[in-house]
Amino acid sequence: MKEYKTITRVAGPLVFVGKTEPVGYGELVKINLPDGEVKKGQVLDTSEDMVVVQVFEGTAGIDKKTRVKFLGENIKLPVSKDMMGRILSGAGEPIDDGPEIIPEKRMDILGAAINPYTRQSPADFIQTGVSTIDATNTLVRGQKLPVFSGSGLPHNEIALQIARQATVPGQKQNFVVIFAAMGITNEEAQYFISDFEKTGALERSVVFLNLADDPAVERLVTPRMALTAAEYLAYEHDMHVLVILTDLTNYCESLREIGAAREEVPGRRGYPGYMYTDLAMIYERAGMIKGRKGSITQIPILTMPGDDITHPIPDLTGYITEGQIVLSRELHRKNIYPPVDILPSLSRLMNAGIGPDKTRDDHKQVSDQLYANYAEGRDLRGLVAIVGEEALSDRDKRLLHFADAFEKEFVTQDRTENRTIFGTLQIGWDLFKDIPARELTRISPELKDKYYGKNKSNESKKDDKNKKK
Amino acid sequence: MAKNKGKLQRIAGPVVVAVGFEARMYDVVRVGKEKLMGEVIQLDGEKVIIQVYEDTSGLRPGEVVINTGEPLSVELGPGMLTSIYDGIQRPLPVLADQMGDYIFRGVDAPGLDHKKKWEFKATAKKGDKVKPGDIIGEVQETQTVKHKVMVPQGSEGKISEIKSGNFTIDDVIAKVDKKEVKMYQRWPVRTPRPVLKKLSPKMPLITGQRIFDVLFPLAKGGVAAIPGPFGAGKTVSQQQLAKWSDADIIVYIGCGERGNEMTEVLTEFPHLLDPKTGKALMNRTVLIANTSNMPVAAREASVYTGIAIAEYYRDMGYSVALMADSTSRWAEAMREISSRLEEMPGEEGYPAYLSTRLAEFYERAGRVTPLGTKQEGSITIIGAVSPPGGDFSEPVTQNTLRVTKTFWALDAKLAQRRHFPSINWLTSYSLYQDVLEPWFNSNVASDWRTLVNEMMGILQEEEKLMEIVQLVGSDALPDKQQVTLETARLIREFLLQQNAFHDVDTFCDLKKSYMIMKTIMHFDKLAHDALSKGVSVARIIETESKEKIGEVKFIKDYEKKLTTTQKEMESEIGKLE
Repeated sequence: MKEYKTITRVAGPLVFVGKTEPVGYGELVKINLPDGEVKKGQVLDTSEDMVVVQVFEGTAGIDKKTRVKFLGENIKLPVSKDMMGRILSGAGEPIDDGPEIIPEKRMDILGAAINPYTRQSPADFIQTGVSTIDATNTLVRGQKLPVFSGSGLPHNEIALQIARQATVPGQKQNFVVIFAAMGITNEEAQYFISDFEKTGALERSVVFLNLADDPAVERLVTPRMALTAAEYLAYEHDMHVLVILTDLTNYCESLREIGAAREEVPGRRGYPGYMYTDLAMIYERAGMIKGRKGSITQIPILTMPGDDITHPIPDLTGYITEGQIVLSRELHRKNIYPPVDILPSLSRLMNAGIGPDKTRDDHKQVSDQLYANYAEGRDLRGLVAIVGEEALSDRDKRLLHFADAFEKEFVTQDRTENRTIFGTLQIGWDLFKDIPARELTRISPELKDKYYGKNKSNESKKDDKNKKK
Repeated sequence: MAKNKGKLQRIAGPVVVAVGFEARMYDVVRVGKEKLMGEVIQLDGEKVIIQVYEDTSGLRPGEVVINTGEPLSVELGPGMLTSIYDGIQRPLPVLADQMGDYIFRGVDAPGLDHKKKWEFKATAKKGDKVKPGDIIGEVQETQTVKHKVMVPQGSEGKISEIKSGNFTIDDVIAKVDKKEVKMYQRWPVRTPRPVLKKLSPKMPLITGQRIFDVLFPLAKGGVAAIPGPFGAGKTVSQQQLAKWSDADIIVYIGCGERGNEMTEVLTEFPHLLDPKTGKALMNRTVLIANTSNMPVAAREASVYTGIAIAEYYRDMGYSVALMADSTSRWAEAMREISSRLEEMPGEEGYPAYLSTRLAEFYERAGRVTPLGTKQEGSITIIGAVSPPGGDFSEPVTQNTLRVTKTFWALDAKLAQRRHFPSINWLTSYSLYQDVLEPWFNSNVASDWRTLVNEMMGILQEEEKLMEIVQLVGSDALPDKQQVTLETARLIREFLLQQNAFHDVDTFCDLKKSYMIMKTIMHFDKLAHDALSKGVSVARIIETESKEKIGEVKFIKDYEKKLTTTQKEMESEIGKLE
């Protein structure tokens, strides 16, 4: 393979190499600096007289004497079952002082689109132990359900809690967790790793770390590395994989940075016009395939800049993913954990994962009723601020109190509290007790006969505690 | 012969540059050793700029480019129904056979099965004089749909030979003025198929969805837009329309949408039965799935592939409904390609020709007299729009509104309180109401339009009253207005809300909608009568019989139930003093 010393221009993360033999688009590039340092890059633009390379490790130190080698293949990740329990860099190299990983094979990290015809519809209920997810925004196996958060909100805790507690009731196999950090701080990374170590989850995890001070370009490959590892474990080793990606906002910032360096025409708020497609190529790698046993469930986390859900990053994400869990600063200020605001939250695959054979016959209707009452109760808070509670009708008063009780009893739970779905639904029925049956219009008479006013909550709470042990 | 072989000069993403051959705009080319499919989108001196429908990784400068000399075309013939295609009419099951679970590149798959034999029944005779578009025979394509075989463009004259029997689509079934006619033809997707005459719409497309049929009806041959932020229920609405609309043929385009959602459509549709025929709905459906992670250029093409197929069935004299979910993804694909071409961007980075392209597409809808049959055909287009942040002032929504006459605005607020379908009744509109009024009045009930107007009036008044209620509470309102609020609630909960996931409620025929309206308005009248007798408003609102209207949604035998409910309301309210 030829080496070139024909760098003509270096700008930001990009290196322009002149007079090369034909080089393939997307090829991996090795860059040897005069001081012996080796960097990697990828071809972004190739033509007969100029090749543009984006350098993963940043262009510091590159000069005209630097030698460039085109490797003739796309970026690949060496994969092996031994990756489990390991901590890798954002570019897929071990950084935990452990032994070298002997690859079973090397996989292209770009990943091809799954043929919609060979996809399997996700339909297995995942119990996360978090009421606001299980009851009202149910996660199912093979779904991509992001957490829309804001800076300073406890999204990391929630992600960890889900990773720890997620199970499919009735199935023994636990999830394998693949954790990809993009541009998070060292402190946050330590927090994740120590939690993984403490709970023993690390053995069943693969961690990819691209920290805030790691190069931005590397951030663009980190999620692809993680998903390639996930596909390998899911489809070749029949594992159920939960992929946590955090923080997609940093990823998109990098995308914008590279776009600007390439002098592309920017789209909304300076983000590149192809950001939708780019994000889709990450998110759409969640799913299940007919005839294969494994699955990939994705929980991407992003922080909405300025808590603005219409910002391009959450906006484009919401159009691709199958719902979203939205965290609220207002609830967080009220000291409610997890501060999930169910009103803007949604799980599009919920209906496929719930019901008599999967969770319970009343699940859907309880969820609808909770939504309806809480929405109305929250609206009334605005009214109360103006006219005072005395001016409300009895029904409105009940709804107002319902909203408060809902936040206190149903939303709030302990960071280690793992509620069963039955426990969660019972809390719902307990909340309905203060409302006359005829006002529960979203619930059918048969289900009201079966569950309304039945006091099982003490038992089910005991149940939960036993299960925790 | 013109030189048709050139070589690649530059590759940067899905747009590549080649030199050294002759090309016309929109010619289809084969790029590189793997013969990736592409389309010429710009000519610049020596340079030919090509958008490639497949992933371009690994392509090198110097690789060969071959011009096929043909524009992007689809194969039109029997076998399209029940199929599922990608954006350039490659059948996904065939791709799965050839490539496995993932979509790789460089695989060519024809849109129709060239080996399958169809039973062709000639309806024209030897010696008949025919022209393009004339129907010369039939094929039973699916249980419920007869495929009409038409004379292709460019053939005209006397039939010199025609035979019935079992043939593949490659067999010659007739000769017209010595030209061979097969059961299929190729058509360039970007060119609208010609018609004899465009007509104006006069029949409603009955959707089985109460809010659409009652408040904002769409005409067959009309155009509707459903814009809404994510999570407001665009896709569910589109799917409901695809399932229950009374069109003969459905073309459903999943353009840049979620893979799992397309899979859901694929697994669910084959099990659905048509309420009219009792046969599988799939029999009349063509699905086009180009998910968001499939190549962006193919996404741009998918909309054209869909409309060309729709036009073909329209030409047979069928009413076709085409759902495009979502046109915003299509517009974004245009934007992406345009920015790679470094074109001067218009509003929000969209190309300046966005509005022209949207208008051209929607203009391919309409009720028409086809070339070859007296039976009218129509295409109804229902385009979903995904405005960023739910902001309807963005370019795609605005340009769409300019050409569509029915506007179904989805509202995130309604969706959040689980009011489905979450169509906002105050901002939505339909300009077909007047055109369709005679049809509803003579086919459903003579007071249809009156009832609809009364209900719209109540809903609008509710909105005004709610502003006051927000300030002072509902008890402060005069009695009459409190009744209005109660009637409005009944309309919202019992008429407008509809459960797409309930076996019965998922489809509601016009008569049922009418009877529900009638019963609700009956309550309104009873309540006002009671008020004038001096009954207190609180007691009227407390009556329980009216709540039974809601139960009707979930039962098939609605007529009896509604008649008894009306009687119960009369006696319950009549007893009040």
